[in-house]
Amino acid sequence: MSRLTRADVEHVATLARLALTDDEVEHFTAQLEVILEHAAQIASLDTSDVPPTAHPLPVVNVLRADEVRPSLPRDEVLEMAPASEDGRFRVPRILDAP
Amino acid sequence: MTALELAAEVRSGARRARDVVDEHLATIESRDNELNACNLVMVASAHEAADAIDATVARGEDPGPLAGVPIALKDNLCTRGVATTCSSKILEGWRPPYTATVVERVLAAGAVPVAKTNLDEFAMGSSTENSAFGATRNPHDPSRVPGGSSGGSAAAVAADYARLALGSDTGGSIRQPAALCGVVGVKPTYGLVSRYGLIAFASSLDQIGPFATTVSDAALLLDVIAGHDPMDSTSIASAYQPVLPVVDRGVDGLRIAIVDELVDGDGFQPEVLDAVDQAARALEKAGATVDRVSVPSARYGLSAYYVIAPAEASSNLARYDGVRYGLRVDGNDVATMNARTRDAGFGPEVKRRIMLGTYALSAGYYDAFYGQAQRVRTLIIRDFARAYEQYDALLSPTSPTVAFELGAKAADPLAMYLSDVCTIPTNLAGHAAISVPYGTGEGGLPIGVQVLAPALGEPVMFRVARALEEAAP
Repeated sequence: MSRLTRADVEHVATLARLALTDDEVEHFTAQLEVILEHAAQIASLDTSDVPPTAHPLPVVNVLRADEVRPSLPRDEVLEMAPASEDGRFRVPRILDAP
Repeated sequence: MTALELAAEVRSGARRARDVVDEHLATIESRDNELNACNLVMVASAHEAADAIDATVARGEDPGPLAGVPIALKDNLCTRGVATTCSSKILEGWRPPYTATVVERVLAAGAVPVAKTNLDEFAMGSSTENSAFGATRNPHDPSRVPGGSSGGSAAAVAADYARLALGSDTGGSIRQPAALCGVVGVKPTYGLVSRYGLIAFASSLDQIGPFATTVSDAALLLDVIAGHDPMDSTSIASAYQPVLPVVDRGVDGLRIAIVDELVDGDGFQPEVLDAVDQAARALEKAGATVDRVSVPSARYGLSAYYVIAPAEASSNLARYDGVRYGLRVDGNDVATMNARTRDAGFGPEVKRRIMLGTYALSAGYYDAFYGQAQRVRTLIIRDFARAYEQYDALLSPTSPTVAFELGAKAADPLAMYLSDVCTIPTNLAGHAAISVPYGTGEGGLPIGVQVLAPALGEPVMFRVARALEEAAP
């Protein structure tokens, strides 16, 4: 495995939407490298004919009858939001950000 | 007094639920300043629930199998209108609009929730030190950790705050703290217990399960919470087979084996390995046969887990974006607000795992890490299946060591991860396992022996656990 760089960590932080401080980037670069090295042990196993397991149960596409049921009370849900307006979640601007 | 005995007394009217609850609340009051096992003590609602139970008994009706039994709830289980924090700053002030199915079930059975318990933030950790509200301490020695991530629930049962507790186990988070606190802890078969209302960490691994002081009490609680729930599409649809009626059937004729790979490696304390050998001899004495068996790929469980669990976590925790609940740190645009909120709200271990998972899922690394880990998961399932062709249950330590000192592993994430080396394979396979206290080690601290069973192998697993409890020194 090639060495993990600060730039790698900064790139991953952007993907993960984490505004890391310089200190955090420094720490994580060192720590993630050690953990990834340990995780890379699995590379030594021959799995060429082995299918992946994403889930321990063989359930697929569990369906239920298409019946109308009560959902969560809107007011109670919105009351817990950091900001809401007119029955909706309110967020800072999405388009044309300055 | 056990939960079974207590419920019998409350049901018969011999003891008032209110008195039982008050005794336990007094214990919390006197010890929790030191132990910090509780994020929230539910005095008013506990009184209300206990009074309702007493009124039910007075009317000549049956309040249920957990009548008046104080129970502690890990603080990642949603309780409607009651703060549920995951021990994270990012959920500060949030009160869920619904209640987890397991909590509904214990309430319907007459149990009385007395506390929401501390955990490693979002259940990520093995010591309960990764909590935004400070570490929980081990009731046997407050300079030591209680294990984690369900350390608060384990400590609550060990310190008599409650007779029972609920925790969640993604890689050992029920069994390892149970071992370190000297109580019984169960990771049920994946899908046996509904996850509806459990705040997700790694959805293909997470499972809710009981803590108790005895194997029979753990069986009592499992029988209440297990069974299909239409609100969790991964909950098993077939009829649940209760375990309490079979716990005392003994182990005569059962075939058991110690897993080679889970008693071999650096970092196992000799007293812990001795305890497993003594447990094996005790089971032989009780009529079982005990061999050794190899599950070769179990060695790779830890490495595969630390790809799969963070990958699933990085996806599950994307929902904490400052929009719908909890903390928001403002920014001029949404992306900045999201990123600032997440940096301020998550603690270091959660960020570490989100970073790890995002890396393992990112372009160029996906197949080498996530894809390979999923294929190793298949190998682990196959190797266990071979072992269970010959054996009814398997044996190992729960944790390589007894409880360690606070701070001992805090600076070394990998050393902390190694605490779960014996418990992780069960989660990857979707199987069942239980930790039973068995003797003491360094510093007189409790040791846990783990009994592993295949999917839906709980009846046999509980019989073995009960036999170990009976034989324990």
